[in-house]
Amino acid sequence: MEPFTTLNATAVPLRAENVDTDQIIPARYLTAVTKAGMGDGLFSWWRYLPDGSPNPDFVLNKPEHQGAQILIAGRNFGSGSSREHAVWALTEYGFRAVISPGFADIFYNNSLKNGLLPVTLPEEVVHMLWDLVEEQPDVRIRIDLPNQTVTLPDGQQYPFDIDPFRKRCLLQGLDDLGYLLAKEPEIAAYEARPRW
Amino acid sequence: MGKTLFEKVWDAHVVAQDPGAPAVLYIDAHLVHEVTSPQAFAMLRERGLKVRRPDKTFATMDHAIPTRELEIALWPADAATQVQTLRQNCQEFGITLFDIEGDVQGIVHVVGPEMGITQPGMTIVCGDSHTSTHGAFGALAFGIGTSEVGHVLATQCLMQRKPKTFAINVEGELGYGVTAKDIILAIIAKNGAAGGVGHVFEYRGSAIRSLSMANRMTICNMSIEGGARAGMIAPDEKTFEYIKGRPYAPKGEEWERAVAYWKTLYSDEDAVFDRELTLDASQLEPMVTYGTNPGQGIPVTGRIPRPEEVEDPAERRSLLAALEYMGLKPGQKMEGQHVDIVFIGSCTNSRIEDLREAAQIVRGRKVADHVQALVVPGSKAVKAQAEAEGLDRIFTEAGFEWRGAGCSMCLAMNEDKAGPGKYVASTSNRNFQGRQGPGSRSLLMSPIMAAAAAIQGRVVDVREMMKVEV
Repeated sequence: MEPFTTLNATAVPLRAENVDTDQIIPARYLTAVTKAGMGDGLFSWWRYLPDGSPNPDFVLNKPEHQGAQILIAGRNFGSGSSREHAVWALTEYGFRAVISPGFADIFYNNSLKNGLLPVTLPEEVVHMLWDLVEEQPDVRIRIDLPNQTVTLPDGQQYPFDIDPFRKRCLLQGLDDLGYLLAKEPEIAAYEARPRW
Repeated sequence: MGKTLFEKVWDAHVVAQDPGAPAVLYIDAHLVHEVTSPQAFAMLRERGLKVRRPDKTFATMDHAIPTRELEIALWPADAATQVQTLRQNCQEFGITLFDIEGDVQGIVHVVGPEMGITQPGMTIVCGDSHTSTHGAFGALAFGIGTSEVGHVLATQCLMQRKPKTFAINVEGELGYGVTAKDIILAIIAKNGAAGGVGHVFEYRGSAIRSLSMANRMTICNMSIEGGARAGMIAPDEKTFEYIKGRPYAPKGEEWERAVAYWKTLYSDEDAVFDRELTLDASQLEPMVTYGTNPGQGIPVTGRIPRPEEVEDPAERRSLLAALEYMGLKPGQKMEGQHVDIVFIGSCTNSRIEDLREAAQIVRGRKVADHVQALVVPGSKAVKAQAEAEGLDRIFTEAGFEWRGAGCSMCLAMNEDKAGPGKYVASTSNRNFQGRQGPGSRSLLMSPIMAAAAAIQGRVVDVREMMKVEV
């Protein structure tokens, strides 16, 4: 997993609530047996017109938001299907962080396992960020994981919470597997216990 | 202080708990399907790992497969590749596969209980959010991502923070024509699509106790639609009766010991839940959704909310966006809403009980001329049972298509897709934009409501069709 420490990047304002994983990556992209190519399917219902050409009205396609690495979305982001493909699509497209007032549980977990930082901020801050980024698309937002802060160029700063264990994994680029494999003696002891 | 059902099951599965770290949770049963597993098996190969407990891992194929039972040679190439990949993975790693060539295959959340794999007090995971279904047996069951599928394959464990508990009490007697599907749609409408985030639901109360196992599965299935990764119901005699004699159920003396343990799986009188919600079952009506998240549902006799009635600005924006997509108007009644397609199936409502109830409405009637209607049984066993009871003939004589087992139009990964703008009266679990095909508009409802919609060609109050004709 790619470590995450700090990010200083532009953002895309996605003014929508309850963005489910079917919107992030529709089922037809799930027929792959690898992770590659998911970025092309990101938000494809919204991003492409029926003829397959880019929808110029969709925020991701606006010239001023190209190269953005932060997505700012409404509450309950990533609800629905457990498909990790949603996270793979976001990361392959180039996002490193998503800011939202709230995330669905499975999406949140999947993000942490792929170096995509989910940042929960109060709804009024998210709405303020939408306005700011729409007015100044080139504004760079600094996300500092060690200090757990989001900072704007004018110095305004917003703290965010993250599980300390997950923070350490992100900073070091560690996944759970090494930790779990090291628990072999405990797992074997658990398995030796009678079931009932 | 006593423990909740969830806490009893959780505590029994903690393998290790380092200070500051998530718990290492043991997984008793891991269900696998063709769509969310290939990248996890690839990870095992990359790291030179094997499957720790192939005996606790069970695979089937459901999401991508066609339901017209074509020869695999005639399938779309990507679906065929996924199925072949799953076969190779199961063979290489020694996993039991309920293959489409056999007679057990079906939707993973229908097959698990059917085979007796699902048992009270277990931890069960699958790379599918509707794994919450298995909570109907008093198991702690939840969906995981593909990375976690890899972790469970390799170690039979997951790293998890303990979620909070949320009691949902449904008391009283359901009215005529009101079903388990209506209970869960009403709960989500009341509590919101994100209302359960970070929690495990426990469904309790006299209305829940009176439900069959199939109906309990319908309720637990949609826990994730209410934001909760898992939903549980304490096991009782109905649960034990359901499991007894199934292929993977404990036998003989093992059975006695298992039941003795299962009987301890309930929330203690003095257990405390982090949150609680109570519903009066007798006040519920058949439900139908009008929006693009499962919380946007109303009683069939009700009207779609008007934006001015919604105080919260985010909810108001969500409502307006949903109505624009759905082509519906604020204040509109759902009764009378035109439907183009009727889908009876999915891990929510494709069990034999669901098909029997729908068939009662369909019997002797015809599907409206403009409606395409399909029934997709949840498993080959459900299909065979339905055919033995003659349900297939009731459906086909009425004009329904009778398909092979799979997820089908619930997520439209295979060729079962609703066209752009089409209204689908659906017994499935999600009304997201494009969920049932690009541009499709889903109206979620119970199997009897969907059957009634097929006959009338519009949303109707099924209770009108259930009145005894004099």
